[in-house]
Amino acid sequence: MPDDTKTNEDNDGTIPSTMSHGQNVLHPNRENLLEVIKNLREEGFVVCIDITAVDYLENPKRDLPASVKPERFEIVINLLSHTKRERLRLRVQIPELEPTLPTLFDIYPGSEALEREVHDLFGITFEGHPDMTRILMPENWEGHPLRKDYDIGKIPVQFKEAPGS
Amino acid sequence: MPKLPILGETSNISEDGLAGFDHNFLTGKIEDLVKWSRTRSMWPATFGLACCALEMMATGAAHYDLARWGMEVFRASPRQADLMIVAGRVSQKMAPVLRQVYDQMMEPKWVISMGVCASSGGMFNNYALVQGVDQIVPVDVYAPGCPPGPETLMHAILQLHEKVENGEITRRRKEMDGGAGIMVEQRDGQTATKVIIGK
Amino acid sequence: MSQETEINESHGSETAERVFRRGEDSAILRLSESQVQSYTPDDDRRMVINMGPQHPSTHGVLRLSLEMEGETVLRSKPIIGYLHTGMEKTGEQLSFLQGPTNVTRMDYSSPLFGELAFSLATEKLLEIEIPERATWIRMLMCELNRISSHLLFQATNGMDIGAVGAMIYGWREREEVLRLFEKITGLRMNHNYIRPGGVAADLPDGWRDDTLRVLENLPDRLDDFDSLFTGQPIWHERLQGVGVINSAECLALGITGPLLRSTGYAWDLRKDMPYLRYEEVDFDVLVGSYGDCFDRFAIRLNEIRESIRIVHQILEKIPTGDYKIQDKKVTPPPRSRIDESMEALIHHFKIFTEGFKVPAGEVYVAVESPRGELGCYMVSDGGPKPYRMHIRGPSFTNLQVLPHMLQDCLVADAVAVISTVDPIMGEVDR
Repeated sequence: MPDDTKTNEDNDGTIPSTMSHGQNVLHPNRENLLEVIKNLREEGFVVCIDITAVDYLENPKRDLPASVKPERFEIVINLLSHTKRERLRLRVQIPELEPTLPTLFDIYPGSEALEREVHDLFGITFEGHPDMTRILMPENWEGHPLRKDYDIGKIPVQFKEAPGS
Repeated sequence: MPKLPILGETSNISEDGLAGFDHNFLTGKIEDLVKWSRTRSMWPATFGLACCALEMMATGAAHYDLARWGMEVFRASPRQADLMIVAGRVSQKMAPVLRQVYDQMMEPKWVISMGVCASSGGMFNNYALVQGVDQIVPVDVYAPGCPPGPETLMHAILQLHEKVENGEITRRRKEMDGGAGIMVEQRDGQTATKVIIGK
Repeated sequence: MSQETEINESHGSETAERVFRRGEDSAILRLSESQVQSYTPDDDRRMVINMGPQHPSTHGVLRLSLEMEGETVLRSKPIIGYLHTGMEKTGEQLSFLQGPTNVTRMDYSSPLFGELAFSLATEKLLEIEIPERATWIRMLMCELNRISSHLLFQATNGMDIGAVGAMIYGWREREEVLRLFEKITGLRMNHNYIRPGGVAADLPDGWRDDTLRVLENLPDRLDDFDSLFTGQPIWHERLQGVGVINSAECLALGITGPLLRSTGYAWDLRKDMPYLRYEEVDFDVLVGSYGDCFDRFAIRLNEIRESIRIVHQILEKIPTGDYKIQDKKVTPPPRSRIDESMEALIHHFKIFTEGFKVPAGEVYVAVESPRGELGCYMVSDGGPKPYRMHIRGPSFTNLQVLPHMLQDCLVADAVAVISTVDPIMGEVDR
């Protein structure tokens, strides 16, 4: 990995940042996330392309700046600036015991469905979200399928004679 | 086509149509006639789910032309449909809907499971998919492929027609008491429960 | 960026205020699936009806809850998940070589774009450059796929609105492209043709003539579409001024693709952030001016013409050479070598059983699919399988615009609006 960890002073406060395959990655924490994103939006990152999460249960080692404490979950936010023709990724660490994050709805209303998907599949709650319900799975479903401790639910394949043949 | 003996001289049909019959009536077993007519206007319900739905629509469209078997009318209302082509993967969330649509169809009704996802879950052996639609509804013909080409679907339909005409399906239904007589173990990823459909 | 400033000026008066609303005045009926069933509006004239998931014009299994007053839609909410296939979970079980079989089944009307995003992400993690010819083959296939996908849109859009003839024409043209695909990839859909390291096979003999034959017939037939629909008064009545959205709202909601361009905002990843070799071909980005259903229809119809232009240029510029990378780490040895060399046999066996290892890291790659930005976010932990594979489906984000478009529409227009958003549910639910 050609990641060079450096500290970026451009944004208000000190946001640790890395480079990943030619793309800037910021590592804000949960407290300053909204502030960072508001500033970025004013800088021209007007579109929130994607919000997803990763469960690092089985892979705790990963490329993070030294100042960022790794946690089990990580929210990944992809922003896009049309004027700069540039993408920016934000990775926020979410602890297992308190999986919450403030919602981005008031900055990017398009995050509504994306956050619901993360909530559904990872069980991370977005505080202040207008409609924090399951989106893909049935409402009465138990568990969050994309967590690493959730079984894939594979049924052993059986080869047997069909009845009545 | 069941054997329907045509009485009388038939050489004039080509010129005069039905009026060319000496005796313009047919005889045959009413049972055969019913079976034959069931196959000639078997209206499918639109039950497109995923990739297979595109191939199902392609089968109905210009090039493959399902109208040749009187089947181009895909009914949106299950109450007007005879055949349900389950085209695509059936998720756990969709399964109750699928069963409801099936229950709304009038007897006699048939089911074709189109593609491997509907037949067995296909490559997606996981928590989200029902591993085979035959756990929910009795399936008459399975069409293999991912997705099956229009030719495969037409073959499946013709197989079904043949089965309907020789009465095999209704005979099996009677023996199995309505269900498909299949025993399956269904796991939704976390809990293990056993579901038995049919007898 | 003169173009950008122009856009910003002309759209300066637009406001995205309505998409930020949270309460009762929002266009979204924010009720869960069980709440919707028991919800009765206070006003007697209002009612909630359910549309789908088994409905002929919801493009598969989309379900809408509509709160209506008479024939007018007040609030609505798309309910999705009826095709949730757990592909992201399955993707973690499949090796990088098997991955395209999984992602190709997401957006089944343009399967090659999913494969492309997946392969580009894998290659970025591997830090390999694929041969020039493979890149051009990918472009060729993707543009042909864009044609077939937009033709499918013409067919289904016409059928949804009631012009059943469109269905016959759209499918007829699409069959031509699919026949070419079948010859090149072996399958009509779900090709698994674009793979990490290149493409699965070189173009077969006679591919150029076949491609030209497809391209030769298309322009005339597209003119048929024009004479059947574009200038037709009934078509105008049904589509013009229906489901209007502006670019500020599109940007706020993260909408991409023809929906964004229909509002007059020229943003196309092929042009603005080129991947493959799109900077070497000449084409125009088409924009609308009203952001209504008609603009979206017209943009898709004319994008077919642009794609034809691109394919003609690709046919001229496509170089000779390898169709997959000659990197022992990624590419299995050719069949003939396996018979004579033990090492080749072992190598082949290892690639197909264990898969190749990809360096640890994370990457996001986006391509312009017929529906918008299709992105792939991939995390590798250094093993032969992705640790996390996430596809950003354009249809999923684009669906969020539906309630805003549907507000104050007639219920009969809802069908037209859903149809021109052109969601592919496999990609929405994954």
